Amino acid sequence: MKLELGYIQINDIQFSKECKVENGTLFVDADAVRAFMYEDDDVKDWVKSFSFDIAKPGESVRITPVKDVIEPRVKVEGPGGVFPGVISKVDTVGSGKTHVLRGMAVVTAGKIVGFQEGLIDMSGPGADYTPFSKLNNFVVVAEPKDGYQDHKHEYEHAVRIAGLRAATFIGEIGRNVTPDETQEFETLGIKEGIEKYPDLPRVAYVHMLQSQGLLHDTYVYGVDAKRSLTTIINPTETMDGAILSGNCVSACDKNTTYHHQNNPVVAELFAAHGKTLNYVCNIITNENVYLADKQRSSDWTAKLCRLLDLDGAIVSQEGFGNPDTDLIMNTKKIELQGVKTTIITDEYAGQDGKSQSLADADPLADAVVTGGNANEVIILPKMDKVIGMLDYVDVIAGGHAGSLREDGSIEAELQVITGATNEMGFNCMSAR
Amino acid sequence: MESKRTFLIVTNNPLVAECVPADYAVDFENITYREILVKVRDLVYAGHRLYTHPLSGSVKPNETPYKSVVVSRLPKGMEPEEAAIISNSIETFDKFTPRKRELTQQMFKDFQLIDYTLLCGAVGLDAAAGLSNRKSH
Repeated sequence: MKLELGYIQINDIQFSKECKVENGTLFVDADAVRAFMYEDDDVKDWVKSFSFDIAKPGESVRITPVKDVIEPRVKVEGPGGVFPGVISKVDTVGSGKTHVLRGMAVVTAGKIVGFQEGLIDMSGPGADYTPFSKLNNFVVVAEPKDGYQDHKHEYEHAVRIAGLRAATFIGEIGRNVTPDETQEFETLGIKEGIEKYPDLPRVAYVHMLQSQGLLHDTYVYGVDAKRSLTTIINPTETMDGAILSGNCVSACDKNTTYHHQNNPVVAELFAAHGKTLNYVCNIITNENVYLADKQRSSDWTAKLCRLLDLDGAIVSQEGFGNPDTDLIMNTKKIELQGVKTTIITDEYAGQDGKSQSLADADPLADAVVTGGNANEVIILPKMDKVIGMLDYVDVIAGGHAGSLREDGSIEAELQVITGATNEMGFNCMSAR
Repeated sequence: MESKRTFLIVTNNPLVAECVPADYAVDFENITYREILVKVRDLVYAGHRLYTHPLSGSVKPNETPYKSVVVSRLPKGMEPEEAAIISNSIETFDKFTPRKRELTQQMFKDFQLIDYTLLCGAVGLDAAAGLSNRKSH
């Protein structure tokens, strides 16, 4: 399966009555975006209003509470469309040609639950901790209709769909634009790969998906990952939006839709493919609450690793606590099949960094890459402008009583910052 | 195969006590999150099987006051791996710095809802049906 990505570099976003990309500037009609979002019945039913804003790198702007970050893409050749099974009809994506509006994102913000979290600072010390401070962000702030309090799942669904629809609308603007750069990604069949690279180690990516339940969901071709057994997916399918985030909790280490579209493990494995290793495929597995489900899913992961005759596997998790157990079960069982593993995680090692980092461990899980300590304390200065609502900041994860100080600064743990300790390694924090 | 006949839900979440159907065994006690973990640990040590992960949810243990864990109604013999999971969970709980913030009524409700929904997903309960049953009372 071969996919060509055509990157259209976006250096600026402007509101306009006309929708176009010109000299690296995206012009977008917010009213048209709003109308497109409201074409969906669930959005119509649950979202009272949308407001729009643009946040650029270096501005004194804080976006909070962030729900999802999405990169606008459009399928220009080949089967299927973006976000299959949710926005486009179910059809296998990951081949043909896709245009990417690079350097920008759609950010959805607004309260879902009372302790809603997630913060992106566009400048200052907080900006260093989130990759999204480097993007031009088209921010969509959603306000719920009355009565949403008793329908949290429905409202979360509506805001998720709204964000994807906004990204779809904006991605479409890039359909007829000539990309600034193109890149090809190809996954071979099993036999083809062995014949082409007989001497290279066979490596797969075990991609663990958050799937515990309300506000902790991930969707694969529209299916809640909780309801699926461990399976195989082509890496390029994720680039067309086959995996979507419904995860609203734990800002620092949740995988937003943007992370899935731009998975750095996939990027690095493709870069090494055919040179130092043979990148076989991605194995997606879930992170459930019921222990027997963990047993079944991790058994399945190990079976697939053996069946694919792998030499090595990279395992990334999403979340904290409960998923640590899935991570260790997967790693241990894969190792017992004779397949070498390296895991990617973050740490909850206490504010002083001295505590045990994970809630589970095993001697076989002896190769670890960390994305940083989520308990680390940071002080974020006041920003001139807040997009969203700041009254939730003093109650978000990692914050504590008085975390929003009188001068408008925030004292909090890194947990509050969207993407700070991402467990795909999509950030620059680590340790040696 | 485990089923509702074999489940014991240990919880401090009043929404669980209200919404879970009567044929599920629920041990509700108005105690702290940590006390729930300790209670579950003692049950696991006494041979009850651990069915759900004690740290379910990415909402941190110093953030939400509520926790529901499912164990077997009857002791079946201690599983060392399950004993390790519950012990590690208590250790993990203790490394979070206690918070002294005040929760609004809405936040209490949201934390209850998340804990209840995660529990329902784990044991195959219809969360929405439980909520509407409660409303009809």
